[in-house]
Amino acid sequence: MRRDKVINVALVGNPNTGKTSLFNQLTGLNQKVGNYPGVTVDKKQGKCKLSESVTANIIDLPGTYSINPNTIDESIVLETLINTKSADYPDVIIVVADVVNIKRNLLLFSQIKDLEIPTILAVNMADEMTKKGISIDIDLLQKELKSDVVLISARKNKGIKDLKGSILNPKIAKHTALSDFSKRMDIDFFNGIEADFKKHSLYKAWLYITQLNDMSFLTEEEQLHIEKYRKDEKKLAKLQHKETVLRYQQINAILKKTYVVDATKATTLRAKLDRVLTHKVFGYVIFASILMLIFQAVFDLASVPMDFIDKTFASLGEYAKANLPEGKLFDLITDGIIPGIGGIIIFIPQIVILFLLVAILEETGYMSRVVFLMDKIMRRFGMSGKSVVPLISGTACAIPAIMAARNISGFKARLITILVTPFTTCSARIPVYAIIIALIIPEERFLGFSLQGLTLMLLYLLGFLSAITSAYLLHKLLKVKSKSYFIIEMPNYKLPSLKNIGYTILEKTKAFVFEAGKIILAISIILWFLATNGPKQTFQKANEIVEKEIKRNKKPHTETERNTEIAKYKLEHSYLGIMGKTIEPMIKPLGYDWKIGIALISSFAAREVFVGTLATIYNVENPDDEASIKDRMRAEIRPTGGKRFDFPTGMSLLIFYAFAMQCMGTLAVVKRETNSWKWPIYQLISMTLLAYIAAFITYQVLS
Amino acid sequence: MNKTIADLQIGEKGIIAQVCFNDIPLKLLEMGCMPGKEVELVQIAPLKDPLYIIVNGSHLAIRKEIAALIKIEVATKKNLCEEIKS
Repeated sequence: MRRDKVINVALVGNPNTGKTSLFNQLTGLNQKVGNYPGVTVDKKQGKCKLSESVTANIIDLPGTYSINPNTIDESIVLETLINTKSADYPDVIIVVADVVNIKRNLLLFSQIKDLEIPTILAVNMADEMTKKGISIDIDLLQKELKSDVVLISARKNKGIKDLKGSILNPKIAKHTALSDFSKRMDIDFFNGIEADFKKHSLYKAWLYITQLNDMSFLTEEEQLHIEKYRKDEKKLAKLQHKETVLRYQQINAILKKTYVVDATKATTLRAKLDRVLTHKVFGYVIFASILMLIFQAVFDLASVPMDFIDKTFASLGEYAKANLPEGKLFDLITDGIIPGIGGIIIFIPQIVILFLLVAILEETGYMSRVVFLMDKIMRRFGMSGKSVVPLISGTACAIPAIMAARNISGFKARLITILVTPFTTCSARIPVYAIIIALIIPEERFLGFSLQGLTLMLLYLLGFLSAITSAYLLHKLLKVKSKSYFIIEMPNYKLPSLKNIGYTILEKTKAFVFEAGKIILAISIILWFLATNGPKQTFQKANEIVEKEIKRNKKPHTETERNTEIAKYKLEHSYLGIMGKTIEPMIKPLGYDWKIGIALISSFAAREVFVGTLATIYNVENPDDEASIKDRMRAEIRPTGGKRFDFPTGMSLLIFYAFAMQCMGTLAVVKRETNSWKWPIYQLISMTLLAYIAAFITYQVLS
Repeated sequence: MNKTIADLQIGEKGIIAQVCFNDIPLKLLEMGCMPGKEVELVQIAPLKDPLYIIVNGSHLAIRKEIAALIKIEVATKKNLCEEIKS
């Protein structure tokens, strides 16, 4: 049988040109998200059948305005298109352009075309041409650009067939460059480059000199040449500016002959919306209302499916306990794995809702207005208007939020955003807050507001304030030099595409479940192991020791009492119990005992594990007691008599969890995003220290 | 007269006169903000910064500090920056 031929097709384009829509149309559900080696930029790939014998491997590259990168995302475009040895090196490039803003889109096109890879220009949103009074002479444009030009309408699935035809059999798209800017700028300088890089095209050599980070595919001699040219930074910057001006001159000349726009048909809707949405009063009022709406949705709408998931997993656990035979492996399933998986699944509703709303805000173009509104305020705290997106997303989960900080140019603003995002109250804190609030705050109303609800709100406020305050401190203390450019496009308003939003949610939720899931699952298995194993002398002789103890005290005892005593002894002398006992002196001033200590240790990996661990601990002590975890915590008594979870201890726990960096997933992501262990370690130490001190003060003042 | 984009009133237009390579990030130029192009100030953010401009068909938000470096002329005469002139 003949094997299908597979060709690599790269999708490149400005942000907001409908590149993602085109990708979704071409590949449907045949897409997967991976990572580029070394960086966490999502690499989206999908298969698309072009004909009986040819399949295209479509690579969706991050949106960029130019091949000269400003952010990590953008640098991926250059690295993919320039390294001929890479497995993703494209056979064909499709540059997606917005029909309305074609001039700026053609700048990127002209750079890409000069890489001498067959390039197709896909002019998107062609269905709006008549409405906007635009006409294009396609034949002439094809000739001028030395490339195939296809009119498409990705959202309406129009022109896709023509595009596939062009990928398969390009009419014009050949390995020819478009511009000859170098000869028009500084002939001697560029002749020198040409001589130093004989094996490469001049434009590529120019890009190596001005842009490339990873030069491993070049020879040592070539790398030395690059170092030599890079010494004169000013000259390079000047030439780059000049190159851009020359490119635009060429584009203007081409468009003059081929592109006509009737200016009288310009729409004023955008101007009107802009006036309201960025208004000095209404702008903030609208933004605040949208934020409220998001929080309401994340908590109210999500609570129904969350309760359902909670109950399902509880009954699944009971079912497994009742039906599986006894044994260590089955214990692991019922006490370790099922609650572990449940702990991940339960966050899906909140994450889906949050991503849905954030995706809508981004798709419609509203997010850019928020960035515009908030930039000045955020800048006082060393961040950028673009930090708003991570800080909002952080209320669901810090992991995707920190990844969203990627498009902040300027290292310092991005770093500060990454470092303070974990202070925002993520959904993993909710189970901890909820159970402790229920234990220590009475179910009463104050001025019509539920006291418990108010407490939760105050905790959110505390999270937000600590994020802002630490951002301010970092802004003053961090001596990181970085140039930051704040240039954002204010895209036209669009109705969101359900398909695009659907794919975004699917992709992000999948990433969360697998990334965070791996860690939470691993932790719950380790926990279970540590709780059910212990040293030889004590743990493994638990039965004899307890038996002896009972005999010596001559206390009358039933079979159940005896079992409880054994279980208690076992837990206390398991590895987990030993760990709890070891840190007990340290956490006593915060109002905690060794059992809470165990929960603190285990929830170091993920906050939500706190409740589960306490559940496991009390469960191991009283396996037959069917009471809920809340009732068990309420019944827990101190050696001195009072309730274990009284007001001071509860408050101290709330404060501890508001500040502590209890999330391994976040630390891992910070390490990857900042490319160093320095920042996650700094984050861990400073946040834990802050949590400890604040909880200490809280307990000492209140008790 | 040394007017810059930062001096424009809302709704006012000007022609970009000078874009000097050592002050202005390349990205701004790539977005179409270059000598000879018409620029319109559409909106100023509530706290007086950033500015919302339309230049060369692009709707952009830029900070005041950068806007203050882009010299404009309210008249329509081109006056390229020395280093950029080709």
